[in-house]
Amino acid sequence: MLKEHCSVVSHTCIADSVYELVLEGEMTKQMQQPGQFVHVKVSDGLDPVLRRPISIANINQEKSQFTLIYRKQGRGTSLLAEKKPGDQVDILGPLGNGFPVAEAGKGNLAVLVGGGIGVPPLYELAKQLVSKGVTVINILGFQTQGSVFYESKFAELGQTYVATVDGTHGTEGFVTSVLNNEKFHADIVYSCGPTPMLRAVEEGEFAKKVYLSLEERMGCGIGACFACVCHLKDDPEGYSYKKVCSDGPVFRAGEVAI
Amino acid sequence: MSMLNIDLPGLSLKNPVMPASGCFGFGKEFSNLFNLDILGAIMVKATTPEPRFGNPTPRVAETPGGMLNAIGLQNPGLKKVLSEELPWLKRFDVPIIANVAGSTEEDYVQVAKEISHAPNVHALELNISCPNVKTGGIAFGTDPEMAKSLTQKVKAVSSVPVYVKLSPNVTDIVSIAKAVEAGGADGLTMINTLLGMRLDLQTAKPILANRTGGLSGAAVKPVALRMIYEVSQQVSIPIIGMGGIQSAEDVIEFFYAGASAVAVGTQNFVDPFVCPSIIEELPALLAKLGYSHISECTGRSWKKVEQFAHHRA
Ligand SMILES: Cc1cc2nc3c(=O)[nH]c(=O)nc-3n(C[C@H](O)[C@H](O)[C@H](O)COP(=O)(O)OP(=O)(O)OC[C@H]3O[C@@H](n4cnc5c(N)ncnc54)[C@H](O)[C@@H]3O)c2cc1C
Ligand SMILES: Cc1cc2nc3c(=O)[nH]c(=O)nc-3n(C[C@H](O)[C@H](O)[C@H](O)COP(=O)(O)O)c2cc1C
Ligand code: FES
Repeated sequence: MLKEHCSVVSHTCIADSVYELVLEGEMTKQMQQPGQFVHVKVSDGLDPVLRRPISIANINQEKSQFTLIYRKQGRGTSLLAEKKPGDQVDILGPLGNGFPVAEAGKGNLAVLVGGGIGVPPLYELAKQLVSKGVTVINILGFQTQGSVFYESKFAELGQTYVATVDGTHGTEGFVTSVLNNEKFHADIVYSCGPTPMLRAVEEGEFAKKVYLSLEERMGCGIGACFACVCHLKDDPEGYSYKKVCSDGPVFRAGEVAI
Repeated sequence: MSMLNIDLPGLSLKNPVMPASGCFGFGKEFSNLFNLDILGAIMVKATTPEPRFGNPTPRVAETPGGMLNAIGLQNPGLKKVLSEELPWLKRFDVPIIANVAGSTEEDYVQVAKEISHAPNVHALELNISCPNVKTGGIAFGTDPEMAKSLTQKVKAVSSVPVYVKLSPNVTDIVSIAKAVEAGGADGLTMINTLLGMRLDLQTAKPILANRTGGLSGAAVKPVALRMIYEVSQQVSIPIIGMGGIQSAEDVIEFFYAGASAVAVGTQNFVDPFVCPSIIEELPALLAKLGYSHISECTGRSWKKVEQFAHHRA
């Protein structure tokens, strides 16, 4: 983990309120696992105070560059959206434990299920899986046509389904509609997105191995403040816990209570 | 010669800068980032007799210049702190200040008695000011008589000096400070967080699952300074100051107000290297301001000029 001022290589609006931010920095070397995140200080000074957790969407080792894809929603991401090529961004990372690529063997079928701003980390995951000979199917859920991004990039890596809640693009409804309709017989499912979606993916038991990436409000992002804890599934009222930032954000389905 | 070494009851500090309780865990995470030996001391996370899970999430919310937290004293419990967390910290040459919490007097006494015997615990910090637990905690810190009585009971069993952590959520902090001094406290630490709240624009409900939380960070600095200024003139025990410290300049300001050492909390989340940076910057800042030792700054805002006759700034 490093704290570094990374420089903005490019910054592009790729869908309604969705931005692709390419950064260059030494910390790229430490980025191995898809699903890890970085903790971003969006401005100098006190407004806002806390860092923002954003997943690593793409890693380019040759150029020491990595990509973040985020949705502009509140104060922090709005300030981040103002960064221009050449600007410096204070980043802490890489943080957390990502998706276990090793759990998928050559020739396996992996189904990647993403919702909204949960889609970005699946891109690096799909790349790494494909490069080791895993067949990848991507199921990506968005609100509406205008918020869809990276559809063609995912399509280059494997068969890609898009669902929109309002039916303006792809299948109407949720990613689980696609999962229920298509019966993929996946060896492994990896998922990232809003909690209700993760719950549905967990309950659907679409494969023997299912990995979920969780979201929680964070303080430190490194495991020291206990802001981001969750209960274990088999001990939902008890003392045992996991920290989303440092034990996760990716957990095997059934490990933690969501 | 060092400009930063400070001697306080039980604590021989290389420098007066330490991470505040609850903002540094038990040190493990930060030990991956820098050598903990450079810290003046470490105030570890609150310890209660039994393990505590703490409050439901969300446990943090942002505020202008600060944050609210309602962690709820999550900790692995006395047994595990004694058998795992504190022994692990022994690899570092740094005194530990153990933060003692509980729901009843018996809880505090039990934790204080056992934890004070851990070889690397050089002092206790009696947390009578946590705003995020339903029983105990802050209740002891808002009533001078209860605060005094608890201090006496803990002093009676502790084998190391006892610092009492004061709550800012009181009308008259001086009366609490005097009460714990009369109860035998060896020092004070102040301030804990200020009770606050944030609401969600969409749902109209509180953002924190616990509804209220403790405010910390730069936003509380003026409150902390004012309280240290008031209390330090009325007690003769030393104060470890905290509340919104982000820089070496802030540290000096806390000393001027009356602190003899300082702790850094929230800023560790923004910049995990803040403690080492401050420690590195302090000597040059002191020299620039004309001091030869940081102790010359303590209480300078209110001490009479003659008391500083030896210092020619
Ligand atoms: C591990 C992890 C990875 C993430 N990856 C991405 C990503 O790749 N792309 C993306 O667009 N978003 C991602 N998010 C969500 C992102 O962190 C929030 O959208 C962002 O923090 C919102 O900040 P804001 O200031 O714009 O919003 P505000 O609502 O103004 O933020 C207020 C506070 O709430 C916190 N917060 C608000 N929403 C969330 C949320 N959903 N999760 C966690 N904290 C939140 C903020 O960090 C901040 O402390 C991720 C979250 C986590 C935990
Ligand atoms: C997330 C968090 C957890 C905390 N946990 C504790 C605790 O366990 N015991 C305690 O005495 N104080 C606790 N505090 C209070 C801090 O030690 C400190 O008194 C306060 O935050 C003010 O300092 P700051 O503004 O530098 O953060 C906590 C503060 C925060 C932000
Ligand atoms: S955010 Fe601090 S422990 Fe996870």
